[in-house]
Amino acid sequence: MRDMADKPLLDIRDLKIEATVYPPGEKPKTMTLVHGVSLTVEKGKVLGLIGESGAGKSTIGLSSMAYGRGGVRITGGEIFVNGRDILKGGAQGLRELRGKEVTYVSQSAAASFNPAKRLMEQVIEASLVHGLMSKSEAEARAVGLFRKLGLPSPETFGDRYPHQVSGGQLQRAMTAMALCPKPDLVVFDEPTTALDVTTQIDVLMAIKEAIRDTGVAALYITHDLAVVAQVSDDIMVLRHGRLVEWGTTDQIINKPREDYTRALVSVASHEHAEKPSAGNPVLKVEAVTARYRSVPIDVLKNVSVEIEPGHTLAVVGESGSGKSTLARAITGLLPPMRGQMIFNGRKLSNDLAGRTKEDLRELQMIYQMADVAMNPRQTVATIIGRPLEFYFGLKGSERDRKVQELLDQIEMGKGFADRYPAELSGGQKQRVCIARSLAARPKLIICDEVTSALDPLVAEGILNLLLDLQKQEKVAYLFITHDLATVRAIADSIAVMYKGQVVRYGAKSDVLAPPFDDYTDLLLSSVPELRLGWLEEVIAHRKMESAGN
Amino acid sequence: MSRIPLSALIGLFMTGAFFFTAIFAQWLAPYGLNEAVGQVWENPFWSSEPSEYLLGTDNIGRDLLSRMIYGCQITILLATASSAVAFLTGSILGFTAAVVGGWVDQALSRFVDLFMSLPSLILALVILSVLNVTLPVLILVMGLLDSTRVYRLARAVAVDIVVMDYVEAARLRGEGTKWIIFREILPNALSPLVAELGLRFIFAVLFISTLSFLGLGVQPPLADWGGMVKENKDGLVYGISAALVPAIAIAVLAISVNLVADWVLNRTTSLKGGRGA
Amino acid sequence: MHPVVKLIAQRLSLGLLLLLAVSVLIFVGTEMLPGDVAQAILGQSATETALRNLREEMGLNQPAITRYFQWLGGILQGDLGTALSNKKDIATEIGARLGNTLFLAFWAAAISVPLAIGLGLLAVRYRNRWPDKLISGVTLATISLPEFVAGYILMYLLTVKFRIFSPISTIYDSMSFAQKLNAIALPVMVLVLVVLAHMMRMTRAAILNVMQSAYIETAELKGLRPLTIIARHAFPNAIAPVVNVVMLNLAYLVVGVVVVEVVFVYPGMGQYLVDHVTKRDVPVVQACGLIFAAVYIGLNIFADVISILANPRLRHPK
Repeated sequence: MRDMADKPLLDIRDLKIEATVYPPGEKPKTMTLVHGVSLTVEKGKVLGLIGESGAGKSTIGLSSMAYGRGGVRITGGEIFVNGRDILKGGAQGLRELRGKEVTYVSQSAAASFNPAKRLMEQVIEASLVHGLMSKSEAEARAVGLFRKLGLPSPETFGDRYPHQVSGGQLQRAMTAMALCPKPDLVVFDEPTTALDVTTQIDVLMAIKEAIRDTGVAALYITHDLAVVAQVSDDIMVLRHGRLVEWGTTDQIINKPREDYTRALVSVASHEHAEKPSAGNPVLKVEAVTARYRSVPIDVLKNVSVEIEPGHTLAVVGESGSGKSTLARAITGLLPPMRGQMIFNGRKLSNDLAGRTKEDLRELQMIYQMADVAMNPRQTVATIIGRPLEFYFGLKGSERDRKVQELLDQIEMGKGFADRYPAELSGGQKQRVCIARSLAARPKLIICDEVTSALDPLVAEGILNLLLDLQKQEKVAYLFITHDLATVRAIADSIAVMYKGQVVRYGAKSDVLAPPFDDYTDLLLSSVPELRLGWLEEVIAHRKMESAGN
Repeated sequence: MSRIPLSALIGLFMTGAFFFTAIFAQWLAPYGLNEAVGQVWENPFWSSEPSEYLLGTDNIGRDLLSRMIYGCQITILLATASSAVAFLTGSILGFTAAVVGGWVDQALSRFVDLFMSLPSLILALVILSVLNVTLPVLILVMGLLDSTRVYRLARAVAVDIVVMDYVEAARLRGEGTKWIIFREILPNALSPLVAELGLRFIFAVLFISTLSFLGLGVQPPLADWGGMVKENKDGLVYGISAALVPAIAIAVLAISVNLVADWVLNRTTSLKGGRGA
Repeated sequence: MHPVVKLIAQRLSLGLLLLLAVSVLIFVGTEMLPGDVAQAILGQSATETALRNLREEMGLNQPAITRYFQWLGGILQGDLGTALSNKKDIATEIGARLGNTLFLAFWAAAISVPLAIGLGLLAVRYRNRWPDKLISGVTLATISLPEFVAGYILMYLLTVKFRIFSPISTIYDSMSFAQKLNAIALPVMVLVLVVLAHMMRMTRAAILNVMQSAYIETAELKGLRPLTIIARHAFPNAIAPVVNVVMLNLAYLVVGVVVVEVVFVYPGMGQYLVDHVTKRDVPVVQACGLIFAAVYIGLNIFADVISILANPRLRHPK
């Protein structure tokens, strides 16, 4: 256990954090974000902080630099860094701490770099301001870090401006910026969340190696348990600003003690059994090619897929793969230039304006951001009731009864009909959107990243609901997602998209079984798995392969 | 429901009082608009000679209080009518441009750009130099010039709403343009537009007062506050307050409406289900 | 060609195009609106002969398009025509007055710009505390003041009550520089007052927007001093928005000048314009309108060019 003579690097005791918000036109409100959390980080160790949105993990991370965003302030407890209480050091003490002893890597490096300055100038700034090294030493160290982090042409990389490099490169450059002044502790705040999964693994590996080689300690904040399991020695699970469980990484992922942790761990491992074939496809997409009006590039190239009634086709791909464009083409919002679509055995007009009311009714859509998919000025009853009125002519009490039936179906019960979207939680909003599409009694629902904006447990609830509804209503889903765990949990068949083309397509069991094409292999092997040593295995495997070539 | 802040209450009360005066001017004014009743420039303020007229008299001996009350009517009538013109024209064209898009949007927007590349006062002066200045002409010129600003706002707000997923959802459902404009866009565009209405009204008050002050607005025998400043400005150097009274009235009316508009503007983001929520 | 050069060239030609369109607008506005210009000038009691003579003199018998190109051609050669009311050459008349107006506007700008930026910074520094609230309260009040109201209130206070300045701001060529400055003190104060509120509020918003960027947080978390953060990280990014705000308000000054000159009987372009609008002297109104428009458009183009130059994405393309 811990050597008592050796003080921990970071020692937070009974931390309380509050925030004051100023809703316009109302009295300021104070709310408590963190209710008495204590933690320690030893020198050279990595502690992962994990939790859903609102768990207070970023707030706690920033408190180790005595920093609060907006109206956030530390109202109780003590924070020791290297044995010194940083809350008592005054402004001068804080400047000595920040950028020298503790540094920070944010989720959005693209916004965190000053757009008007060259990268090198920003990377070495803290080292120079704190007088830690000379300019040439700092530049040499920065170039070394660029090389270690796998950035292209490390000697000249720093001459570029932030907008001249890619998102993944910026995230690594920010890591270099944090490591340059040789800090004792780095706070990583969701550093890979905004990245595509194949980029994430590179950045993750770069961060892990940099931490190992420099011997720096770190707080690693994320909502993704599989990611944090790869980099941290210990994990702390937080919820609503309170500690749930704190243990070694091995203990948390293999022997979780608390129910909440168990739920988080099991979320990643759902598997849905493939349904047997169900006859004639409800939708056939045949050789569809499409492009946006102003860009002379085919965003969809010769895409052909089929969906059987009551089945789920998952369309997987990274940003820019054309998966959402496929949805726009099918809905008629972006009429394809070539190719055709057969829906229920009838040819579907490529253009939205040419479709019959029956076609529109039977093809519904659910969006990623439920907040903006519902008119904020309409009540839940209006939102769900409109399709009933529009397609079936239901009015008055008959309509109200049907709305309540649908609300029951999405497990929301009574008392919601008169509410506005702003009065619902994220998961409830998405449920209302599902009810709205269900009200049309569709044959096919296009689900565009419907769980991506939700916390894992809420997302799981939505997926289960969708599966139940599929069983009851025999509705088919075209499920667009970037997340392979979601695919495993819901799909019957899978289409993998890359640069506008379907590179792999078939039943789930076939698509997810070797032999793989190069891209699917890269994609599948890049998805973090919830077990110790996964990252090392993948990297070792890839190094071996590239050495073999 | 949040309470109304004190500043907005004051603003509401003052604005209400001004409108009350405007509506009931004929019954409130003790004397006629052009009725000469006393000496020239009787000055009840800072002077040893008392005047039987509350605010004194103007440059030809008319009761200033009565003239102020009638002036209130003219000023508010012109400002209200021209902001109504500005609003109707601007928001209808703005919504149309946003929903229809394409060349209609391009043509309207470039035309508005052209008008906004000139200060409206200069443009008004140029146009009024050749027109016979009557009340309808003033209302139309001011209203149409100001409608360019409403157009920009209405279009910008509507363009933001048109790209929302809920509008797309309505399109996919098969809803017509009428439903989309009146049921999806309008309810969400209303609150920023209402707040803008206050600002446009203030602008109209300042605009008409300035024009009248320059002698190009309301023509005698009618008179508004800006014109009264002009009539009495020469008295100012002798310490006569007759020019200050209408000047201050203009400022107080503008500030009152501003207090209300500021409050509405702040509230629009916090309304239940508001766009900012 | 470097994209910045291309963009600036585009902006400049757009400005010229706009100016051309404005000249059409002014011409149409003055010569083609319903109503007979000659009738309007001479009044209802004019004889038929007098009307005919005036129409002849104004060239109203020629088609509008011919008149427009004659007018435009003249302007391009520096010939603004002659005034109907006193038969004087408009270019000469405007020459002297334009200088006076620019003199007034220059001093108003020289005082209000640094003051507005300073107060804007102060309001941001003490955001939501009493200095910020005081500044925003006072500016809310001054925004509601039309120029002539502010003018007469100040005039009353400073010339009648306290007798510090003279109420008439006439200036002559023979006056010394100091005398001139003294003469324009009051109108300059009024202009500063009316333009300051807008400029300061918008500067505050622009700086606040920059200060809330994530890269300012990064700088703070590097342990930089507040002043270093402002100088190194906020300033380079705030140039473009602040220049935009300043230019927008200087353009607004163009309007303020017209009214303030009338209030203080100052011999500048504004008074000249208003006088001749009253006299329905169309050629003078056209010439003045075009010059005001040119200044206004010029300031806006200048702001655009500065924004382009200050944008690192455009200066250093991928």
